[in-house]
This record gives sequence, C-alpha cells and structure tokens, in this order.
Amino acid sequence: MDFQVIWFILIAILFIGYFILEGFDFGVGILMPFISKDDTDRRIVINTIGPFWDANEVWLITAGGAMFAAFPHWYATLFSGFYIPLFLMLLALILRAVGFEFRSKMPQKWWRKTFDQFIFWGSLIPALLWGVAFTNIVQGVPIGSDMNFTGNLLQILNPYALLGGLVVVLIFTLHGALFLSLRTTDDLKERAEKIARMLWIPIGVITAAFAIMGYWNTVLFEGLGLVPGSFPTLAILSFITCFVFIKLKMQGYAFAAMAATILLGASVVFYGLFPNVMPSSLNPEYSLTIYNASSSELTLKIMSIVALFFVPIVLAYQGWSYYVFSKRISRDAIPRE
Amino acid sequence: MEVLEIARWQFGITTVYHFFFSPLTMGLAVLTAILHTFYYRTGSEHYKLLTKYFGKLFIIIFALGVVTGIVLEFQFGMAWSNYSRFVGDIFGIPLAIEALLAFFLESTFIAVWLFGWGRLPKGIHLLSIWLVAIGSNLSALWIIIANAWMQVPVGYVLNNGRAELSDFVAVMLNEQMLVMAQHTIIAAFVTGGLFMLGISSWHIMRKNQVEIFGKSARIALVFTAVSALLVATTGHKHAQHTVKHQPMKMAAMEGLWESEQPASFSLFAIIDQENRTTRREFKLPYMLSVLAYNNLTTEVKGMNDLQKEYEEAYGPGDYLPPVAVVYWSFRLMVGLGMLFIIFAIIGLIQWWRDKLEDSRLYLRLATIVMFLPLLANSLGWIVAEMGRQPWVVYGLMLTRDGVSPNVSAGSMLLTTIVFTLIYGLLAAVAVYLVHRFAKPGVPEDADKMVHAY
Ligand code: HDD
Ligand code: HEM
Ligand code: HEM
Repeated sequence: MDFQVIWFILIAILFIGYFILEGFDFGVGILMPFISKDDTDRRIVINTIGPFWDANEVWLITAGGAMFAAFPHWYATLFSGFYIPLFLMLLALILRAVGFEFRSKMPQKWWRKTFDQFIFWGSLIPALLWGVAFTNIVQGVPIGSDMNFTGNLLQILNPYALLGGLVVVLIFTLHGALFLSLRTTDDLKERAEKIARMLWIPIGVITAAFAIMGYWNTVLFEGLGLVPGSFPTLAILSFITCFVFIKLKMQGYAFAAMAATILLGASVVFYGLFPNVMPSSLNPEYSLTIYNASSSELTLKIMSIVALFFVPIVLAYQGWSYYVFSKRISRDAIPRE
Repeated sequence: MEVLEIARWQFGITTVYHFFFSPLTMGLAVLTAILHTFYYRTGSEHYKLLTKYFGKLFIIIFALGVVTGIVLEFQFGMAWSNYSRFVGDIFGIPLAIEALLAFFLESTFIAVWLFGWGRLPKGIHLLSIWLVAIGSNLSALWIIIANAWMQVPVGYVLNNGRAELSDFVAVMLNEQMLVMAQHTIIAAFVTGGLFMLGISSWHIMRKNQVEIFGKSARIALVFTAVSALLVATTGHKHAQHTVKHQPMKMAAMEGLWESEQPASFSLFAIIDQENRTTRREFKLPYMLSVLAYNNLTTEVKGMNDLQKEYEEAYGPGDYLPPVAVVYWSFRLMVGLGMLFIIFAIIGLIQWWRDKLEDSRLYLRLATIVMFLPLLANSLGWIVAEMGRQPWVVYGLMLTRDGVSPNVSAGSMLLTTIVFTLIYGLLAAVAVYLVHRFAKPGVPEDADKMVHAY
C-alpha cells in the first residue's frame, strides 16, 4: 500500500475519532439549556464532559496538523477556501471553551446566562459547520487549475449543504443525549433517555432523506446501484440497533451503537471520496487527490513511524482517563454555593 | 490596506496574544508540580493549599492559551496558504507531532489532575501534574522546531516548487532550534517564577497568611534567580548564533549600518531607516564583538554591506527589516533581563538577612515586576520574527509570496477585527477572574477549594 493511502486512512480515523468524541460533547452542550431544570442540573451536565472536552478537541488539532504534514495542498485549499465558515467555527470553539472554564466561577445570574449561551451556540455552530463543510467536499467545490478555491460564501452555504449541517447537529444531539444517560442519575438521566427516544425517529427520517438525495448531489455513490455497499448498510443496521438498546434502557450499548453509526456514516464519506480529497466541480483534472496533494515519500514515511509508536500510547491513556471518570455524577457532586 | 498587510497584522496579533499566556502556563505548570511534590513529600497542609491555589490560577490562564492556540493551528492554511503549500512537507511534521505528543498529554492529564483530587492514588495524582508540565514544555519544543526551520532552513531540497524534506534528523536537531528552545523555555520559567513571587508578595504585604505565602515566595525566588541567570546566558548564545546565520537581523538589532571591527554595542540611538543612518548614538566600545563572537576583535557586518550581498545572491530588492522596532525591542528585552537578575538577587539577599517579609518596598515592587516578563517575551519574538523580514522562510520565501491568494481583504480585515475584539474581551475577563481568585488567598480547609466546573 502507498504511504498516501495509509495517511488518507489515518486522517479519516482522526476526523472520525473527533466526530465520535467531540460529537457527544457538542451534543451535551446543545442539550444543556433544555435538559436542565436548575443551575445544579446545568453544572452536572457540564461536569459530565468536564474531564474530556479539551482532549476531544485535540483530535481536531491533530487532524489539522496531520493534514498539514501529509497533504499540505489539502490543508491549504480547504482552509483558505472555507475561510469564513472556518473563522466562525474557530470563534464558536473559543467561546465554548471559555464558557466551560469561566461559567461557574462567578455566582451572578447574568454571568452564567451569558456563558450558557456561549456553550450552546459554541456547540451548535461547529457541528453545523462540519456538516456543511463535509457536504461541500463530497458535492465538489470550484477548484481552479492552481488548486485554489474560486467560489464564494453563498456557494458554500447551499441548501443541500445546510441540510447536511442539520443532519450532523441532530446526530450529535442524539449522541450527546445517550452520553448524558450514561453519566447522570435520577431525573436527569430519565430526561436524557426520553430525549433520545423522541429524537431517534425524526433523525432517522431526515438522515435518510439526506442520504437518498446524495445520489444526485454528491460523488459518493457514483457508479453504485440501488444497494449502496457495506458501509451504508452497516450504518443503517447500527442505527436501528441503537434504537433497540434505547428502548431496552441499555444505555451503554445504545451509546456504543450510536458511536458505531457515526463511525460507519463517516466512513461512507471518506470511502466515497477516495482517492480524491477535494473533488473539483469545474474540471475533474483539477481535483485534489491523495497523490497530487501529498507530501514527499520521506515525510510520509517518517510520520507513519511516529504515528505507529504514539497513537497507541495516546489511545491507552485517553481510554484510561474515561475509565477513571466513569462514575455517574449526581447532585451531591456539585459543591453548594 | 492590502491583504498582505492585514494578514501580517492578524498573525502578529494572534501569536503575540497566544504567547502572552503560553509561557505563563509553561512556567506555572512546573511550579505547581513542584508545590505538589513538596506536598507529596511532606504531607503538609500548607503545601496542599498552595498547590490548589496556584493550580486554580494556572487553569484560568491555561484556558486562554488553549483557545488562542486553535486559531494559530488553522491560520497557516487560512491566511497563508501559499506558505503552507511551500513548507508543509517539513513544517507540518513538528506541528502534527506536537499535537500527538504534547497536546494530548497536556489536555488529558490536566483533567485527570483537576478532577482527580481525592480520587486517585497520591503518586499517580502527582505524576499527572508532572505530565502536564512536561507536556506544555514539550509543546514549546515542537513548535520551536517548526519556527527554527523558518529562521534557518536545513535538511531540505527544493523540489516540485516547494521545500521537501531530505534530512529529518537535521530538521529535528537544527542548531537554531537548540538555542531558541533553551532560551524560550527558560524565559517561560522566569515568567512563571516572577508571577508566583508577585502573587505571594501581594498577600505577604497585606499580612494575609504570611506563613503560607512565605513558603511559595521562597520557592519562586530560587526558581526565578536560577532561571534569570540562565536566560541571560542562553540569550547571549542565541545572539552568537544569529550573527552567523542571520547577520542582517543582528545588524538591525544593533542599528549597525557600516561594518565595524572591532564592533561596539549600541546603547541608545535614533534610527533613520530612510537615510540609512543612525543619530545621537551612544556606544560601548568592543562590546558587540564580545556579544557576537566572545572576543574583542572580530568584525561585525553592517546592513549596507549585507544589503549588497543579498542583492547579489537574491536579486534586487529591499532586504532590510524594520530596523527601529527590532533595535528597540532588543534593547528593552535585554534591559528587562538584567533587571530580573538584579531583582532576584536582591530578593535572595533579603531572605538571607531574614527580611523578606518585612521589606514593603520589595514586596510592592514584586507585584509590579511580575508583569514585565510578559513584555520581555513579546519583545523577544518581535525581534525574532520582525528581524527576519522580508523573509518568511529565511532565504527561500518572501513574506509577500506566502499569503493566501484567494482570500479577500474584506474577509481578512473582518476576521482580524473580530479576533482582536474578542481577545481583548477575554483578556479583561481573565484578568478580572485571576484577580478575584487571587485576592482572598487560601481558605482554612484545602478541601473547600474545588476545581469542578
Ligand atoms: C522573560 C523573557 C526574556 C528575557 C528576560 C530575555 N529574553 Fe531574549 N528572547 C525571549 C525572551 C527573553 C523569547 C521571547 O523567548 C525569544 C524570542 C525567540 C526566542 O528564541 O526567544 C527571545 C529572543 C532572543 C534573541 C533572538 C533574536 C533572534 O535572533 O531571533 C536574542 C539574541 C536574545 N533573546 C537575547 C537575550 C539576551 C542577551 C537577554 C539578556 C538578559 C535576553 N534575551 C533576555
Ligand atoms: C514558534 C512558532 C511560530 C511560528 C511558526 C511563527 C510563524 C510566523 C509566520 C508564518 C508569520 C507570518 C509571516 C510574516 O509576517 O513573517 C509570523 C509573523 C509574526 N510573528 Fe510569528 N511565529 C511563531 C511564534 C511567534 C511568537 C511566539 C510571536 C510573538 C509573541 C510571534 C510574533 C510574530 C509577529 C509580530 C509577526 C509579524 C511580523 C511581521 O509581519 O512584520 N511569532 N510568524
Ligand atoms: C513559541 C511559541 C509557542 C509556544 C511556546 C507555545 C506553547 C503552548 C503551550 C504551552 C500550550 C498549552 C496551553 C497553554 O499554553 O496555555 C499551547 C497551546 C496551543 N498552542 Fe501554542 N505555543 C506557541 C506557538 C504556537 C503556534 C505558532 C501554534 C500554531 C500552530 C500553536 C498552537 C497551539 C494550539 C493548537 C494549542 C491548544 C492545545 C490544546 O487544546 O490543548 N502554538 N501552546
């Protein structure tokens, strides 16, 4: 296998890891205003992701760094082309992080309300924009012969892409509800379960619509017949399994099934793109592929060795940290003020 | 304004801002780990209180470093896409490794440490704060490998219109990196040390828990004194390296238009870049030869000669950086460095005379001096980054060729303004919070201090 292929897979893994992990903490942020009855509830909700959200965000930073190193042209084209959406995402991530860190440091109502807004919008907007960005990528964007994006903001925010954004927001919200049902107790847990039950069907419908429209709108299913192949089929199956576990109140399994759904769904995207990384809508010859966008052989080789050694170590200690903080958070865990 | 100019302002503002917080994190992480170690070894309640207290301040500052760092990670692609295409093959490697090795370590274990009070075995809990300290200093090391390569490119070949890696080890062990990393990391220790000294002094001055804060003041004092001395010696080494590899930067740092042998160190000058002269200069004879080459005789090249050499090598053009900015930033940084050494030594003398807690003047000064390393850090980077202009990659790529061709001036301006405003607001909130949490000192009972969100 070429090093280019290995690095395409590794970057896909980093993004998928990011979507699975930060996916639930975006979802928790989106649900926080709705699921909480009082301030203590809100603090519980935030503390469920307290030890994790920063490390989850590092998945994105690593994906960005890896993209820079392995496919510099992909990195350059994507981020300069999607300049304004990316800027909005950065802004949202900034406000969200300060929201978590500073919200409970002061008792005033207005203070907390302000930071609650940051947490909500800061979770919603990046989720939406990731959906928009990846939908654009699979739709193909205007890329010229010099590899630069030549479109404008309105083209990026086209209706189909916005629908993609909505799908991602909804899926992350469900994922977040399942995470909350795993990490909370009593009322809060019940509300989380109820939300998950309520959300499942509408999400299924919207996502199905989005996927079917993908036959016309994207490069993903080119050359495929009615039976779309194994990743989509498995994704559908795991999504249904998720519902069964929600009904059975087996939260751990439901959460795992949802994670699997995200993994498989995102795999459809990356698998469908391969070997392109950013198809050009102007001329297929201008498309960025893993070959014309990549770094030199030597760089890819060295990076592979580094990844081989350190990715397992990172996975091990991150896994350990989830184990350390696996206890549910109840009302007594929140200090009285 | 043109896109290029705005992009430069944006990069300058966002990095300087990030670097306001990161050295403080790097230094405070190590100091918090030291306090925690004292607690671990002595079991003393005082050290536990101090660990939690400074840990809390550390977290607020850490948060700002994190949020501003993410912007930088993507800014290369957003605003400097041509640069990214040109350097990605090499520059991307340390950036990716930094995330994998340092950021994961830091962000995971800081949570483990924060939420781990009373939950983890004591040894593991101590280990987690040390891993944070190691992680944050490692992150500096990797980013400096990237930066050092822009300053002194090594281990590359020009191929496919870009710089491609030819020798990985040369990039990793770039001599430029070694001098920069030493100087920057130790400067971060000075930053953290003076911060802790300042906060402790403030409490002592107000007769607030004098016994407890006397302890942290002493730890900070020793830490600062050692680091301040090392900052000067590593800075000296840095200068010697610069004169060899970036002679134009060195000449600009000295406002030296004509080559001199032996060269004298300039203390004060009015720089007139347009007419290429310097007025009202006050100089110390021989001293620049000493700074640059450790002897009294060697020639140091001036900017006029260098400009000619550059034109021969790279074609016509203006190869002068903004001289006055570089000259004065350098003066101020070195001046501050000397001040820190003297200040730390006076502190040690007061301690030795057993007067540390009683000299109000010294304590008062400490609460002011604690802010100066932030200034020195920024100035040092301004010397390093502005001094290499007009190059973005020294000798290989001009800054003006690096900017994104397809981002409009409007977008660039909008984002620059919004980042600046948000950053300003964040700084105000952070200063307010640090002040608020610093003020009451430590509670009677360490367990009352919780770090949960
Ligand atoms: C607390 C902060 C601090 C203090 C007190 C000093 N420095 Fe510094 N200096 C830095 C913080 C710093 C820095 C921000 O960390 C820089 C920017 C780039 C680098 O490697 O370190 C730097 C850069 C830097 C450069 C590099 C310019 C270049 O060639 O790129 C030189 C020659 C010196 N320093 C020399 C000194 C000397 C002789 C000092 C005397 C005491 C000194 N610095 C004090
Ligand atoms: C170590 C990692 C760093 C890297 C990789 C880096 C890289 C860059 C790049 C690509 C530019 C834009 C091109 C240019 O204008 O030359 C730049 C400019 C600049 N950087 Fe850095 N930088 C780093 C650290 C810093 C730090 C820590 C500071 C300040 C605290 C800083 C201050 C500046 C300033 C002021 C400019 C604008 C210079 C000018 O355009 O005149 N940099 N840097
Ligand atoms: C010499 C210059 C720099 C040093 C010493 C430095 C150091 C640090 C440190 C210690 C942190 C940990 C959090 C905190 O510090 O407050 C951090 C965070 C970060 N830095 Fe920098 N940095 C530098 C420049 C840069 C540049 C140029 C980039 C862009 C590529 C960058 C990207 C980041 C990112 C993405 C984070 C967030 C990590 C997280 O989420 O935990 N840094 N930096």
